[in-house]
Amino acid sequence: MTSTTEQVAGLDDLAATTLLRFATAGSVDDGKSTLVGRLLHDSKSVLTDQMEAVEAVSAQRGQDAPDLALLTDGLRAEREQGITIDVAYRYFATARRRFILADTPGHVQYTRNMVTGASTADLAVVLVDARNGVIEQTRRHAAVAALLRVPHVVLAVNKMDLVGYQESVFAAIAEEFTAYAARLGVSEVTAIPISALAGDNVVEPSAHMDWYGGPTVLEHLENVPVSHEAAGSPARFPVQYVIRPQTPEHPDYRGYAGQIAVGSFHVHQEVTVQPSGRTTTVTGIERLGEDVDVAWAPQSVTLHLAGHLDVSRGDLIAPTACVPAVTQDIAATVCHVADRPLAPGARVLVKHATRTVKAIVREIPSRLTLDDLSHDAAPGSLRANDIGQVVIRTAEPLPIDDYADSRRTGSFLIIDPADGTTLAAGMAGHAFAERAAEAPAEDGEGWDF
Amino acid sequence: MTSSTAVAEGVAGAWALSHLDALESEAVHIFREVAGEFEKPVILFSGGKDSIVMLHLALKAFAPAPVPFTLLHVDTGHNFPEVLEYRDRTVARHGLRLHVASVQDYIDAGKLRERPDGTRNPLQTVPLTEAIQQLKFDAVFGGGRRDEEKARAKERVFSLRDEFSQWDPRRQRPELWQLYNGRHAPGEHVRVFPLSNWTELDVWQYIAREGIELPEIYFAHQREVFQRNGMWLTAGEWGGPKENETPETRLIRYRTVGDMSCTGAVDSDATTLDAVIAEIAVSRLTERGATRADDKMSEAAMEDRKREGYF
Repeated sequence: MTSTTEQVAGLDDLAATTLLRFATAGSVDDGKSTLVGRLLHDSKSVLTDQMEAVEAVSAQRGQDAPDLALLTDGLRAEREQGITIDVAYRYFATARRRFILADTPGHVQYTRNMVTGASTADLAVVLVDARNGVIEQTRRHAAVAALLRVPHVVLAVNKMDLVGYQESVFAAIAEEFTAYAARLGVSEVTAIPISALAGDNVVEPSAHMDWYGGPTVLEHLENVPVSHEAAGSPARFPVQYVIRPQTPEHPDYRGYAGQIAVGSFHVHQEVTVQPSGRTTTVTGIERLGEDVDVAWAPQSVTLHLAGHLDVSRGDLIAPTACVPAVTQDIAATVCHVADRPLAPGARVLVKHATRTVKAIVREIPSRLTLDDLSHDAAPGSLRANDIGQVVIRTAEPLPIDDYADSRRTGSFLIIDPADGTTLAAGMAGHAFAERAAEAPAEDGEGWDF
Repeated sequence: MTSSTAVAEGVAGAWALSHLDALESEAVHIFREVAGEFEKPVILFSGGKDSIVMLHLALKAFAPAPVPFTLLHVDTGHNFPEVLEYRDRTVARHGLRLHVASVQDYIDAGKLRERPDGTRNPLQTVPLTEAIQQLKFDAVFGGGRRDEEKARAKERVFSLRDEFSQWDPRRQRPELWQLYNGRHAPGEHVRVFPLSNWTELDVWQYIAREGIELPEIYFAHQREVFQRNGMWLTAGEWGGPKENETPETRLIRYRTVGDMSCTGAVDSDATTLDAVIAEIAVSRLTERGATRADDKMSEAAMEDRKREGYF
């Protein structure tokens, strides 16, 4: 069954869409499940059998209307307790784009869950209740989005139906949030007044808010640009695997397989391999079977290099003109994601790009408690959901970028060598951490990165 | 308060990958991570479309070298003959090594008992987990997709299983950036799902784009089927039709392939990839809702089976 050119041509409309990853964040009663349910339902992504199952369970429980939260709560314990325990991923599509939604729970364990969802997100939707405006939790969500450098932030001001669809209510919340986000370093916020329950401005434009001229949530999701790190940033290629067939047809083939993390590479480019620092030239690029002259993030490719270099998994290839510094001392901001604490002196593993090395936690100079946005200068240790600064000494040098410059090569995991538990999500960068350590903002409730 | 998307898209648009290229690149990355970090990985290969796409991606990820993994099939004894034939042909063509764990062998040895309803899908878990332990696989690729089922929506790309192959949804590692943590103790293993972020439609679009051959039962054909629990099941030695069930010949195709006792056919006249894609694009039923009897056993059927070690 080989597809003909004619068949493929007929599929263009479906196949040419792009992919957007986004995360939602909201407090328990902000209506996040309703928003997610509404997006799925109104974009016709909920199929009949799924809806029938939801209706049956809702009726069995004596509820009048189908509970859209049942669409997203997939586990026994979640249904029993009526809460969302863990990040789940949802999929839907429109004619323009395919979406991967990281549906992150809004309660107790929110920080590590939102960090998980935000780490791969191109966009974060922060939901607020129009009646309550910007609350502590809203600021936490904005802070996590800023910390993780999610490129786009949407403020969805929900429950506009409960404030009479008043423009003044929306404008005040949007202004307060945008100002707060700007202090966190978020340069672009798109604020949208919605009612997830009534369906205003989620998929369909609202008939109740003539004063709003912007996009609906879905329109914005369809139009926001993706993968803008690719252009302009210094290129990075972590070597994943060396392909050496050693077959009669390919006796001398030696290709370096990996996914371009940032930027682009081209044939004839002069590159340097870290940590050895040796310089060579790209002699060929294969993009999964096709020879190409140029390739860019996040394409998976195989590079060919001139000469006989010793290059293996864990090495990093970068343009000679812009090589990352190699260091054994990493200062970083981390989000602690495990239940067991992390203390100075801990012997850990650091997984950065394709390399895992032994390391020791030297210092934990400060902790930022997102609950009240306070700053603790001598925390002793980090516990679950804490965000803090750490100083780590690694056993081998790592070519690590500032997270501010590259989410892909500035991030790392801290792993417990005893049982492999992921302890913390790390974001490298002195400047990042130092700015966070500055004195609390003038009103005493905020902090800057 | 609008964003400047029009201007920005002009800049970023040229660099954006199509969704199929993005999914392909991500899946290849996952295969190469496993090859780089594990001692003895294996691909679960059933001859169904998801495992066929997995194998295709693995072939691309390591070309021109051979795929550095073996294959494992859990044969229920009630598989479609067309699919087994496809499986063996594919293994031979690519010079791969196939392990088969047989449910029938377990029944014959008295280690498993046939269920009263004749369904063998739930019986696969024991041969699967024992094969993993005996052959000492430390990474097991599965074709599961998060869009299939709401318990699967919670599954990680790298999913740690204990020495009993159990999945505990409350003790999953957070999945941060593209940094997959595959560390595990001896006896434990990691299930790996490179197609996690794919939907049924993506799989079909990719099959069409890449010109991948499939077993013919995925395309409309005449077949003798009978109705049970609202599904069209194929007649066969596995236990159907019963006396009160009437076989009839219909134009059907399969959306999934699995054990014959619980895999339902759908009425269809789609004989080409284009027609199949057009059909799925407008279908108002999920893949599993339309064709899998075992998922209907209880509201948490999939979660319960996954906890025990099912893939």
